[in-house]
Amino acid sequence: MSPRQTPARNASRGLAYEEPLLFERSRPGSIGYSLPELDVPAVNAAQVLGGEQLRHDVPELPEVSEVEVIRHFTRLSTWNASVDLGLYPLGSCTMKYNPKVNERAARIPGFAQVHPLQPAVFAQGILTLMARLERQLCEISGMNRVSLQPAAGAQGELAGIMMIRAYFEQRGERRNTVLIPDSAHGTNPASAALNGFFVASLPTGDDGVLHPETVERVMSPDVAALMLTNPNTLGIFEEHMARIAEIVHAQGGLVYGDGANLNALLGIARPGDFGIDVMHFNLHKTFSTPHGGGGPGSGPVGVKNILAPYLPVPVVRERAASEGGGCVLDYDFPHSIGRLHGNLGNAGMFVRAYTYLRSLGPDGLRRCAEMAVLSANYLKERLRGAYTLPYDRPVMHECVLSDKALADSGVTALDVAKRLIDYGYHPPTIYFPLIVNGALMIEPTESESLDGLDCFVDAMLAIAREARENPELVRGAPHHTRLSRLDETRAARRPVLRWQAPVS
Amino acid sequence: MLETIGAPSLEALFACVPEKHRLGRELDLPRAASEQELLAELEGLASQNMNSSSHAWFLGAGTYPHFIPSAVDAIASRSEFYTSYTPYQPEITQGTLQVIFEWQTLIAGLTGLPVSNASLYDGASAAAEATLMALRLTRRSRVVVSAGLHPHYRAVISTYLAGLGTEIAELPRGSDGRTANPDNFITDDTACVLIQQPNFFGCLEELSTAAQTTRARGALLIAVVNEALSLALLRSPGESGADIVCGEAQSFGVPMGFGGPHLGFLVTRDTYLRQLPGRIVGQTEDAQGRRGFVLTLSTREQHIRRERATSNICTNQGLCLLLATVYLSLFGRVGLRKLAEINLAKAEYAKARVRATPGLSLPYSAPTFNEFVVGVPRPAVECIAKAEQAGIAAGLDLKPFTPELGNALLVCTTELTRRSDIDRLVDVLAGGRA
Repeated sequence: MSPRQTPARNASRGLAYEEPLLFERSRPGSIGYSLPELDVPAVNAAQVLGGEQLRHDVPELPEVSEVEVIRHFTRLSTWNASVDLGLYPLGSCTMKYNPKVNERAARIPGFAQVHPLQPAVFAQGILTLMARLERQLCEISGMNRVSLQPAAGAQGELAGIMMIRAYFEQRGERRNTVLIPDSAHGTNPASAALNGFFVASLPTGDDGVLHPETVERVMSPDVAALMLTNPNTLGIFEEHMARIAEIVHAQGGLVYGDGANLNALLGIARPGDFGIDVMHFNLHKTFSTPHGGGGPGSGPVGVKNILAPYLPVPVVRERAASEGGGCVLDYDFPHSIGRLHGNLGNAGMFVRAYTYLRSLGPDGLRRCAEMAVLSANYLKERLRGAYTLPYDRPVMHECVLSDKALADSGVTALDVAKRLIDYGYHPPTIYFPLIVNGALMIEPTESESLDGLDCFVDAMLAIAREARENPELVRGAPHHTRLSRLDETRAARRPVLRWQAPVS
Repeated sequence: MLETIGAPSLEALFACVPEKHRLGRELDLPRAASEQELLAELEGLASQNMNSSSHAWFLGAGTYPHFIPSAVDAIASRSEFYTSYTPYQPEITQGTLQVIFEWQTLIAGLTGLPVSNASLYDGASAAAEATLMALRLTRRSRVVVSAGLHPHYRAVISTYLAGLGTEIAELPRGSDGRTANPDNFITDDTACVLIQQPNFFGCLEELSTAAQTTRARGALLIAVVNEALSLALLRSPGESGADIVCGEAQSFGVPMGFGGPHLGFLVTRDTYLRQLPGRIVGQTEDAQGRRGFVLTLSTREQHIRRERATSNICTNQGLCLLLATVYLSLFGRVGLRKLAEINLAKAEYAKARVRATPGLSLPYSAPTFNEFVVGVPRPAVECIAKAEQAGIAAGLDLKPFTPELGNALLVCTTELTRRSDIDRLVDVLAGGRA
C-alpha cells in the first residue's frame, strides 16, 4: 500500500478519525499561505548576506494546503480530553472551567498586539491592569507586594527562593538548608537545589500534617527556609501552621508558601495571615487561565515587606498624582534578585486572570472555595469503603484515596485510572503524593454540578466492583480509546524524538 | 451534599482551619462586573495601549510583529487543546502529544540539531537553561557571553547563575557590530560561549568560526536565536557547529502580547539528551503495535528526581507551540523562505533610504536580516515620541543599553511593513514632515 493514506481511507469508526503526522501529509507544491506583493525592490540574498551566511539545505517543513492544515489539527484535537469535554479531576492542578470571556479579553488588539518594549507612557492600559492585578493578589493572599514576572509556578518558586537567599546574603548570614515536607511537589526541592541549597526532607505525621516537633528538631541557624504547601498535597489544612512558622521565625528563618492549592482558601484564610513570608500563585490553577496542553502557566510571587527590596525588576509602580500619575516600570531596586523573564512575564495570562477576578468579585471568589471544598468532601464520603482513605479526616479542595482496598484483585491505581478513561473521565493524579502508596488524588474543583459528581462516583464504584469481579477487564483498560496502553519503557529506551523522512 | 458529608453547614467544612487563621471579613476587592460591563472596562484599558493595529510598527528587539494567518487562531481557539493539561495520560491526550512531536521535528529541522524538548518559558530562560546544561556537561565554572546577546537574556542568565558562583565574562563587540572571535576569551574552565544570531543589533555573526574556536578549547557553543524567522534564510546554527541552539520562536504565529506568553526552545545534539531540561515527547507503540506518543525520559525531571533533577521546570508552552506548529505548517518550506526574503528586502530598502538621508546613519557595517541600528540626529526618545504622533512605533531607544552609540534606534521591518511606512519613518527620523 502507498504510504499515502487518504482521509477517506483513514476514517476508522464513525467520526473517529485516524490522522498521520503532518510531514506524511506533505505534497510538493501544496500551499497554505498567501504573501503580500513585494512593494520594494527584490534583493539577492546571497549577495546581501554573503554566500557563507546563507542556508543551502531545506529545513524539514511540510507543504500542505490550508484546509489540510485545519483538518489535521482539528482531528488531533478530537484525541484530547479537556475541561470543556468533561470532568478533569487532576489533583493539585485545579482544572476548573476557563470562562470564554477571558479568551475574548486577551485577544483585544490593545492587549494582544502590544510590545513589551514600547515606552510605558504608550502602554498605560496594560500597566494599569497589572498594577490592579498585583493589588488584588495582595488582598487575596495577605502579602504586601506581588511581582507578576515569573512565567510559571516553578519559576515563582525559584524567584521566592532567590529572594530568600538574597535576604540572608544582605544580612551577612550563611544559611545553606531548606526544609521541605515529604508531601511536597517535586518542584520545591528542585527549585531549592537550583539555588545551591541543601534540601532536608521532613516526615508528615500519621495524621497527614506536619508537626511542630518535627520542625523544632531540625530547625537551626543553618536553615534558610521551610517550604510548605497549605492546604498540603493530601488536601489537608496544615493546622499547626502558626506554631511551625513561629519556630522557623524564632531562629531567623523564613517560610515559603507554595500557592498551588490556594483555591481552597479564597476569601476564607490568607497565607500572609498565617506566617507565610513569600509565596507563589498559579494563575492557571486558581485564576482560570487555560492550562494549554501543558502551559503557558503564570506564577506571580508575593512577599511580605521584609522581602520587597529583593523583588525581580522591573517593578510596576503606580505614581502618585503629585508625580504625574500613571504607571511606570521601576528598575531602582539595588538589592533585587534581577530579571527572571525576557519581558514582564506572561501578560496574556494577566489579562485573563484579571478578567476572572472582575467577573467573580469577593462573593464569587469565596463561593469558589466553598464549592470546591464541598465537592471534594462529598467525593471522599461517597467513595469511602470502595477505596482506602489513608488519612481519614476532613479535606479541603482535594481528597487522596489509595488502591489498597483493591489489593486482593491485583488492580492498581494505574489500572483504575486507565479504566476511568473508558467511562469518559480524565483520571485523577496518580502515585502522588509520594507518601501514599497507590495514591489517587482527586480535585473536582467548583466547576462540577452534583449530578456530574454523582456520575463520576458511579464510575469509580463500578470500577471497584469490576476489580473484584473481573480484574482482567480493569487491568487491560482502556478498551474504548483509539490507542490502547502505550509502551513507555520502549519510548525511553530507544528515544525517537522527531519524525525523519523514510530512506527510499 | 452536606448531609452525605455529615456537616451541618458550609461554614463547618472549614472547621479544620483554626479560627485565628480565618479572614473573618469579606475580601476588599471590586464587586463583580457583568460580562458586558467588564468588556467595556477592558476595552477602555486596551485603548490606552499603542499597538500594531493602530501604528506602523518598527519595534522588534526580541519580540517581532509578524502577520498571523487566520487559521492559526482558529486552531488555537479549540478548547480541546487549550483546556487540556500536560499529557500525563497518553491514551486521551494524543492530540497534544502529536503536536509536540511535530513541533520537536520542526524546530530540530530549522535549527539543524536533532534533539528538542517540548519548549521552555521564553527565549531568555531558555538561554539560562542552556547555560546551566553546559555547566553540567562540562563540569566547568565560567561562561562567556557575547556583548551582542539581548541584554534581557544576559540579565536572566545572571539571575539564574547568581547562587552557583559562576563567573560570567563578556565577549566584546567590534566596530562593525559583530562579536569578537572568542579565542582570547576562553579559559580552561570555560563551559560555554553564548552568541546570538542575528545579534541584538541585527548583525549577522560568524558562527562557524566561533564554533571551531570554542570546540578546540573544549567548551560548548550556544547559539541564541530570537528572530526565529531568520532560520529560514540563514545557514542553520547546527550546521555552523553550535552544540546547543536556544531562543525564542514568538515570530511563528505567537502574538506580541506585551511580551508573553512566548515560546522558548532548546535543541541539542543526541549525546547531550540526558542533560536536556523540560518535558520531552517520544514515539512509541500501543499494545497492538500502533504508533503513539508519550512524555518520555522523565527520570531527568523534578517530579521523579526532586532535588537532583536537571531543572525545576514543570510546564511547557504547549499552547504557544501549537500556534507555531500551525503557522509553520501553513507556510511550509517554500513559504517560510519567501517570507524571510520579503523581510530581508524590506530591511535592505529601509537601509538604503537611511543611507541616502542626511542626518541619519548606519553605524554598523555587518550584514543584517530584518533589523538594524540607525543613528539619528537627536535623542532617540524624542524621535520615538514624534513618530508616535505620526502613527509610527519607531523602534527601540538604545541609550539605556549602549550609551556609547550616541543617539541610536534599533529598527525592524517585516512583511507587515509597507514601503510608504518606511518612507514616512525616514522622514520623521530625519526631522522632516511626517
